[in-house]
Amino acid sequence: MGSLIAKRAGLGLLTLWLVSVLVFAGTEILPGDVAGAILGQSATPESLAALRSELGLDVPALQRYFDWLGGILTGDMGRSMASGQPVAGLLWPRFWNTMALAAYAGVIAVPLAVGLGILAAAKRGTIFDRAANIAALAFVSLPEYFLGLLLVLWLSVKTGWLPSLADTYEGMGLAAWFNATTLPMLVLVMVTMAQILRMTRTTVLGVMDQPYIETAFLKGLKNGRVVMRHAAPNAAAPIVNVVSFNIAYLITGVVLVEAVFNYNGLGRFMVDAVSKRDLPMVQAAAMIFGAAYVILNMIADIAAIALNPRLRHPRGKEA
Amino acid sequence: MSDILRIRDLRVATAEGVELLHGVSLDLEQGEILGLIGESGAGKSTIGLASMGYGRGGCRISGGSIELAGHDLASSTRSEREAVRGARIAYVAQSAAAAFNPAHRLERQIMEGPLRHGLMTAGEARAWMIELFTALGLPEPETFGRRYPHQVSGGQLQRAMVAMAMSCKPDILVLDEPTTALDVTTQIEVLLLLRETIRKYGTSALYITHDLAVIAQVADRLMVLRHGAEVETGTTEQILAAPREEYTQRLVSERQASLNAEAGAHHRTGEEILRVDRVSAAYGKTPVLHEVDLSVKRGETVAIVGESGSGKSTLARLVSGLLTPSAGQVRFDGEALPESYRKRAPDLLRRIQLIYQLPDVALNPRQTVGETIGRPLQTFRGLKGRAQRDEVARLLDLIGLPVEMAGRLPGALSGGQKQRVCIARALAAEPDLMICDEVTSALDPLVAEDILRLLRKLQDELGMTYLFITHDLSVVRRLADRTVVMQKGRIVEEADTATLFDAPGDPYTRKLLDSVPQLDRGWLDKVLAARAS
Repeated sequence: MGSLIAKRAGLGLLTLWLVSVLVFAGTEILPGDVAGAILGQSATPESLAALRSELGLDVPALQRYFDWLGGILTGDMGRSMASGQPVAGLLWPRFWNTMALAAYAGVIAVPLAVGLGILAAAKRGTIFDRAANIAALAFVSLPEYFLGLLLVLWLSVKTGWLPSLADTYEGMGLAAWFNATTLPMLVLVMVTMAQILRMTRTTVLGVMDQPYIETAFLKGLKNGRVVMRHAAPNAAAPIVNVVSFNIAYLITGVVLVEAVFNYNGLGRFMVDAVSKRDLPMVQAAAMIFGAAYVILNMIADIAAIALNPRLRHPRGKEA
Repeated sequence: MSDILRIRDLRVATAEGVELLHGVSLDLEQGEILGLIGESGAGKSTIGLASMGYGRGGCRISGGSIELAGHDLASSTRSEREAVRGARIAYVAQSAAAAFNPAHRLERQIMEGPLRHGLMTAGEARAWMIELFTALGLPEPETFGRRYPHQVSGGQLQRAMVAMAMSCKPDILVLDEPTTALDVTTQIEVLLLLRETIRKYGTSALYITHDLAVIAQVADRLMVLRHGAEVETGTTEQILAAPREEYTQRLVSERQASLNAEAGAHHRTGEEILRVDRVSAAYGKTPVLHEVDLSVKRGETVAIVGESGSGKSTLARLVSGLLTPSAGQVRFDGEALPESYRKRAPDLLRRIQLIYQLPDVALNPRQTVGETIGRPLQTFRGLKGRAQRDEVARLLDLIGLPVEMAGRLPGALSGGQKQRVCIARALAAEPDLMICDEVTSALDPLVAEDILRLLRKLQDELGMTYLFITHDLSVVRRLADRTVVMQKGRIVEEADTATLFDAPGDPYTRKLLDSVPQLDRGWLDKVLAARAS
């Protein structure tokens, strides 16, 4: 099993490297460059060339790639072309903002969704099962910005319970932070819960058709115990997979939610950087998104390997 | 007389309301083993499960009563049924590999029953489990339970399943084909231990099987079932020696014939058509065939027998080009056969046809019988339109199906009819060699007998050459000119079928032959006595 995990981890690193190549190549072929964006329409060819050489854009692409990659590996993400400040100093606070919101939503959504999914499977065909399914379908089919606006309308404009803008700043109290971020958290919880819940329910139901579940019933076990002890462990691997996929979404896919609530996260950071053609900022943000996806998927795959009793306890060896 | 289980006029229906059991009654005495015998769809398993108050896949008890130690399960509540299941009446499934939960250790699953039912303390449950492991001859009984299901062999797992069923010291065991999925040499071990365990603890049992010879060794009485109703019931001796009903007579005589038929066939054979020359093969890095030699002559039937893992199916895959050898060569009609089917010319593909074990999955469910048979007629022989329809009709007639069947989808056919269509599809290509991979294993005995008769008829009429892959020695006995015995990827013996059955040369062949249950109540005891001496 160790070698399998090492192999998967190696594959993850390889994917990360490929991501770096794609990110760099992708930003290289973006139309226009930062020099043009800074100088605007009045730029003369001479002033453009001067600015390009000042920003290091005249060096061959391959060399710039390796310089950039080396920088990233040592924690130096270069300087913003627009403001001249180090990218790291601008990016990390935004990254932690995104992580904080993702954690807030994830801690609530994941256990709730998995729990409700298992419950829906155990109570297959009941009112509860149908209600959970319909609610999940509704949430997953509504666009998240629309859900966000609906929540703003009800919980903020009409009732005034929560602020409509997720204004956060350094040094704000914990209570204030929760107050500010609860609305975007609710949107994220709704969107991610739906998929996890449905996937959990489907997986557990698939396992419930297995002959060993019949064995458990024929031993006289109660429905709840059969679902929790005999079905759930065998459904774990696909559930871990969909959970990690949704956590990756919480980190990388929240641009729209951040925009609706004006939240200072990494998604908006990237959108701003793209519109300014600020390549080092775009590259750094893209690398972080890529790394989050790759690492979370890797964790899910490794967990699936570790959860498989056949791999955990190989045939040849004694338990 | 103390009846521990009394079933009266039991009716079971599916969720859609189709009745599967049409009023069956039976009594089971303390310590008695009642055999339920019949073909698939006879309702044997349905009775077994219903006696536990359980219906598979939405089936429900629609009438009658099931009195277990004085209480009627048919009219009981869910929690009353749960209290009885596992505790007073327990189930042993055909496939222990599927019936054990892969995520938990054996001991956790075996001790779960007594602990959940509150019958024993953890210490008592463990001690009883170890006693059962010992009685069932499992290795290292003290620590055997620490293993996961995938860490033990099929025969061991089947015995562990018996231990799980016995874990609550139930009054009744429902044994649903408990040895059917095992190899013959393993089956005899499990059968012996099963019988001893049941006798030792005075448990009663409903023993469900389709194999008369197996049930003859263990059952006190037999109930013959067909289409969800009782055919007849009697003592084992009476049913075997003097069956009253015509259906039972056919069952018994078919089994008798399969065991006592004169061994071996003698076909007029021509030149060599297939030669396998020192062929080895591997799945990944695991070698599965070791320098196998084989020769088949035109018009003859060569059987390859062996238990699971012997490499017999691998050999079939090699000849048909689904697997490439790691060493050696296969020659067909004097010429080297390209290793992969992809490299074989269409005409070469036509000349070697394969028939599978499972007719259910070997037919495309969305193609009618006519389309299925018509496809090879078009690709291999260029027949279209009217000529194709005529040929389909001729083939259907040849395999004994009415012409109207051409318009049917496989879903509307029985298992035996599907296998006939598979044979017709192979015949449509006018092959020189037919590879039959366990073609009768998934079929009921009487249906299997029909298929074998058909294959024999085709050979007599068309001079067909068969390479027959099977684990069933009675099939070999009735069909093959020559027999090749394989074990662990090697050929251990090859001989004329009659010679092999009369005077097996290799100890493994003898063990295989001796392990085939005979239609004789004392057979198992004789084997036991022979071993002791």
